[in-house]
Amino acid sequence: MSAESRLLVTAAPHVGSTDSTPRIMWTVVATLLPLLAAGTWFFGPGVLLVVAAAVAGAVLPEHFFGRRGALGDGSAAITGLLLGLTLPPGLPLWMAFVGGAFGIAFGKLVFGGLGQNVFNPALVGRAFLQAAFPVAITTWPAATEEWMTLRGDLFATPLMSAAADTVTAATPLGLMKFEGTGTEVLELFFGQTGGSIGETSALLILVCGAYLALKRYLDWRIPVSVFLTTAVFAGALHLLNPEYPGPLFMLFSGGLVLGAIFMATDMVTSPVTTKGAWIFGAGIGFLVVVIRVWGGLAEGVMYAILLMNALVPFINRVTQPRVFGQRPKEDAS
Amino acid sequence: MNTAFLRSFLHGVHPPESKHLTAAKAIRRLPFPDELVLPLSQHAGQPARAIVKPGDRVERGDKIADADGWVSSPVHASAAGTVVDIELQPHSSGSYKTAIRIAVEPHSAQIPRPRVIPDWHGLSGDELIEAVRQGGVVGLGGAAFPTHVKLKPPEGRAIERLVLNGCECEPYLTTDHRTMVEYPERVHLGLRIMMRCLGAKRALIGVENNKPDAIEALRRTKPDDLEVEILGLTVKYPQGAEKMLIKALIDREVPEGGLPLDVGVVVQNVASVATIAEVFETGLPLIERIVTVTGPGIRRPENLIVPVGTRIRHLIDACGGLTDDAAEVVLGGPMMGTALGDLDAPVMKGTTGVVVLTEADVRGRVTHPCIRCGRCLEACPVFLNPQLLGSLAGKGRLDAMGDNHLGLCMVCGCCSYVCPSNIPLSQMFGAAKTDLRRKAQRETLRGDAAGANA
Repeated sequence: MSAESRLLVTAAPHVGSTDSTPRIMWTVVATLLPLLAAGTWFFGPGVLLVVAAAVAGAVLPEHFFGRRGALGDGSAAITGLLLGLTLPPGLPLWMAFVGGAFGIAFGKLVFGGLGQNVFNPALVGRAFLQAAFPVAITTWPAATEEWMTLRGDLFATPLMSAAADTVTAATPLGLMKFEGTGTEVLELFFGQTGGSIGETSALLILVCGAYLALKRYLDWRIPVSVFLTTAVFAGALHLLNPEYPGPLFMLFSGGLVLGAIFMATDMVTSPVTTKGAWIFGAGIGFLVVVIRVWGGLAEGVMYAILLMNALVPFINRVTQPRVFGQRPKEDAS
Repeated sequence: MNTAFLRSFLHGVHPPESKHLTAAKAIRRLPFPDELVLPLSQHAGQPARAIVKPGDRVERGDKIADADGWVSSPVHASAAGTVVDIELQPHSSGSYKTAIRIAVEPHSAQIPRPRVIPDWHGLSGDELIEAVRQGGVVGLGGAAFPTHVKLKPPEGRAIERLVLNGCECEPYLTTDHRTMVEYPERVHLGLRIMMRCLGAKRALIGVENNKPDAIEALRRTKPDDLEVEILGLTVKYPQGAEKMLIKALIDREVPEGGLPLDVGVVVQNVASVATIAEVFETGLPLIERIVTVTGPGIRRPENLIVPVGTRIRHLIDACGGLTDDAAEVVLGGPMMGTALGDLDAPVMKGTTGVVVLTEADVRGRVTHPCIRCGRCLEACPVFLNPQLLGSLAGKGRLDAMGDNHLGLCMVCGCCSYVCPSNIPLSQMFGAAKTDLRRKAQRETLRGDAAGANA
């Protein structure tokens, strides 16, 4: 009876589902890779270096200052990848690295690591870059150059002024905002436009997102709510004044699709309740349109998500589910 | 939300059913063991009081311990033999509890002492209830709540419906399933007797759709004059929980802190009902029960009928023993059952099954931080926020847990089951509920003491 001497005594339940947090995280990493491939297709192999620098920046502080073995859960890799995908294809590598490191250190580790952070770490890193390097992060190399050419000023070093000698192209949102020119929605949908590495092909992002939603690795309510709110609000404005961009342009330009599907759905920084998910997504859609239409920036997805991240604890508190058999307030004893 | 079209409740989980191991196996009777161990506490409520002493000879079916109060139940000898001692014995709860040990007479025919079997038709409701009480009948679904208490609702509370629980929603277990397939007439007779006791006009039997043969057997044997409807339910755990079953069958929610009585319903498990029928058919009290011995860690899974008091080791040996990779022996189902440390603990009235899991089946031991994925909220059948409760538990904030409806938690295990970070949520809630209960008891005692001093 050797088996008997080794018997476990644990509390129920004795069985569990096979899903695990690392499996969820690494699956998200895997679904981000097609976006990276598309970015490489549009902007040349240089983007691989930018993304690699952002991932390295995210992973190093997690490894040295995070929980032991924290890299294994895959969450730092996601942060680095997501940040990389939101950067311009020609961003100097050291900036991408600093962005990743800042995002993990100040967006996640100072809060206590995985599960404790309020803001999406990738967006914290990007917000830092936006504040620190406003020119570099809004310099968009054109997607039309020779494929093998390394865009931008990848190997610039800190404190050196960038010798910018690249062909640049404004993003569709920039064109709209500052020059009043639109872009074909179909072009936006397939991704043949200027923009961040991973944000241009709405179609591909939607496919990847649908896969994750089917596996229940992201809450479909959040992107659906973002898209609906954006479309309805932008559509209403467009009807009132046709100078404002239409709903389809709003949906498929800039980082909205990427942000709604991969950033806003970060489990840690989005509401846990289903009702909260709808509110959270609606808030993001609303803020995106407000910033894009009336704000000073061409793009507003990052700030919209960060602002709504800050509201998540509040949203969670006011959307607590009604418990089974709950009595109406008045006759509760 | 109306759930009638789903024939189920909201939320819940779908663990692998794993019932194929024993679902089609007919119940087999084991030879009597050499020794029986009958704990005085086999039911919810006060333990019984022993009325025999070492050296006494007992016949099969003799009462050996009497109920101590109303919420208690007598214990009977499940085989003829001699009382050896009344000492502490391993108990399926994991601790040691007082039990009457009987050396079974090796050559006895095990024929019970002749007794007068009352014809139930001529008995009044109270007489029926007394017979059930004397038969030591308790709920066989696991909680072992004394049946006679359920049969006598407080004065002035009308029972509209009697609901029979044939869900057996725990993975692996097939005792209720086999009871319904092999003894459907007993289920109907027991139901009829219970309806008489309660004055209920209608009855419903809820059976999950993974047991089509049980549904068919119950429908085929239904007496024409019995007002009972047999309904198939969408398979989902924990459908066998009273509140979930009532929601699934009649779409009503038992109020928080209330009982099924509050919606005019009494719920009873099908096996317990069949036992009531047995009491009147054979005159024998509850002295044997069906136990599923199963799981990947057992060599020959089977449904056995055994005397109450048979040691678990005897059952495991009868089923070919443990496999080499057996890792955990669970009494009851894997979602809510108790892990057994000592295989010498006996089968009790509420022991539904012995499930032996292997290393590959048991929950992993690595946990990760909570990523607030919200799956626990979508699993909780009573709509709690296990994510919030779990973080409060981590901080030891018992009172805040109480304020967030911890009292509703049935410790069904759904939240722990789905948690991708493997956080022992349900386990923490079970412990917190015990702590809160003890704290309340201490405060009552302190209040009493203060009152006495004043």
